[in-house]
Amino acid sequence: MIKNKHGRTATLFIAPSLIPLVLFIILPMFAAAVLSFSSWDLLSPPRWIGLANFQELIHNKDFYNALKNTLIFIAGYLPLVYILGLSAALALNRKFKGSSALRAAYFLPVITSWVIVALLWQWILNPQGGLVNSALATIGINGPGWWTSTSWSMISVIIPSAWKDLGFVMLILLAGLQSIPPEYKEAASIDGANKRQILFRITLPLLTPASFFVLVISLINNFQVFDQIWVMTRGGPEGSTSVIVQQIVKNSFDYGRMGYASAMSMVLFLIILLITGIQIRLQKRWVNYE
Amino acid sequence: MNRNSMRPKFFTTFFGLLMLFPFFWMISSSLKNSVEAFATPPTLFPKSPTLENYRKVFELLDMPRLFLNSIAVSATIVLIQIINSALAGYAFARLQFRGKNAIFLIYLATMMIPFQVIIVPLFIEMRQLGFVDSYLGLGLPMIASAFGVFLMRQAMLAIPRELEEAAILDGASHFRLFRSVALPLCIPTIAALTILSFMSVWNAYLWPLLIIFSPEKMTLPLALANLHGENLTDWPMVMAATTLAVLPIAIIYLILQRQIAQSFLTAGIKG
Repeated sequence: MIKNKHGRTATLFIAPSLIPLVLFIILPMFAAAVLSFSSWDLLSPPRWIGLANFQELIHNKDFYNALKNTLIFIAGYLPLVYILGLSAALALNRKFKGSSALRAAYFLPVITSWVIVALLWQWILNPQGGLVNSALATIGINGPGWWTSTSWSMISVIIPSAWKDLGFVMLILLAGLQSIPPEYKEAASIDGANKRQILFRITLPLLTPASFFVLVISLINNFQVFDQIWVMTRGGPEGSTSVIVQQIVKNSFDYGRMGYASAMSMVLFLIILLITGIQIRLQKRWVNYE
Repeated sequence: MNRNSMRPKFFTTFFGLLMLFPFFWMISSSLKNSVEAFATPPTLFPKSPTLENYRKVFELLDMPRLFLNSIAVSATIVLIQIINSALAGYAFARLQFRGKNAIFLIYLATMMIPFQVIIVPLFIEMRQLGFVDSYLGLGLPMIASAFGVFLMRQAMLAIPRELEEAAILDGASHFRLFRSVALPLCIPTIAALTILSFMSVWNAYLWPLLIIFSPEKMTLPLALANLHGENLTDWPMVMAATTLAVLPIAIIYLILQRQIAQSFLTAGIKG
């Protein structure tokens, strides 16, 4: 048992952060769990309805569609941002004239707000007069409708997302690359390994902790994807970019279905918890901590 | 310099410029008139640059006000967050009290809760408290950060105890130790935390979107996003507005480049 030597002082030191955390994070978390079993439109008192919200979720086309779109978004975004971020990290993993300026160029989108990134790309991908379609028209190609088209809208939100996060992935992977002792590569090249062999047999395996971190963070962040999609498409057209958080916002703030939206939140929470759990397990098996 | 080492550099530079190109395009579009902005083939530089779009932005939006709102909201939240993170970090690193481990677990648990999961009950809570459409409602959920506490605790654990022992012998209180020994030695961590939380508050969109309605209370991202809803076609004007919003941040970034990258790494490695 720990002595309560500084009990009073500790209370004063801890209360300023503990009270807001309990009131505005933990309490709402419990409330979300309870609400997910109730029906509440904010006007009449909440009613306990058991598992009805979850039963509705399973059969609801909109939620199923949002879940599917979130997965499609991640499946498109993650390989793209990882491969581009890795290429940038490998290319910038040495000092040359202008290398720090280049790193800054790759990182600038990371600090730009999602709203600005979304507006900027919406303009670039504007079907009429946007940069991409105007350039395509110049060489005689009739460009697609991008974010206004059901078949191109997902790609239109994936591209800006990868563009924005690439620099962050690069930064994490660069730190990983710099922690690999150069002796390993030197030894391998003395043994006659070529560049490709060194990359695939030494650099990439030793980079797995950093790659793993990128994977965890990206999955956790992007199951919650919202800002760029809300600004660019509002989930449309025809629900083609509708994602989980957008469904939560729509059901709670547009339709006043607080319980049903909370049930969605709980599903999202469980998905994220599950990913974290699986990854902690798998980490031991395929991550190479030297 | 042989050709073999020149080639990758050429590609990296090329892609670096490609990364910056959307920003260049944003500025270029903002200086074009509405005919040229939509022209085929697109022109790289505006043929007859105009500030008309910027005039329209200032007509439509109270830009100085929006900047002040964003700065005031971000600075207040970050300041409170840093102070209470440092205080709690000190308690977990240096004080002995009952329930220390259990309370620390509560902090760690809150780090596992995604904000998106609690928006519905949080909004209802703010509504009950009467804080909807106010900066209290906007800021209260952000004034404490478990991550910040964790980061500060790590930093304070790394301070050698010998530095404090002399002061303890002199009979200094823990408040004094905190202020005159621990805090000054944690400045690098405080700087990293300041940068990270400032950027997350400055760029926040979802929570402000749900809780703030009055145009005069809006933060920058909120007002910008609304701009496009009302004027779907006037892209050159929207680009002028985003240029104005990006510029100060880009300048700060260029000055603090190294520190900003470092704080992202600190968060990545310790978080």
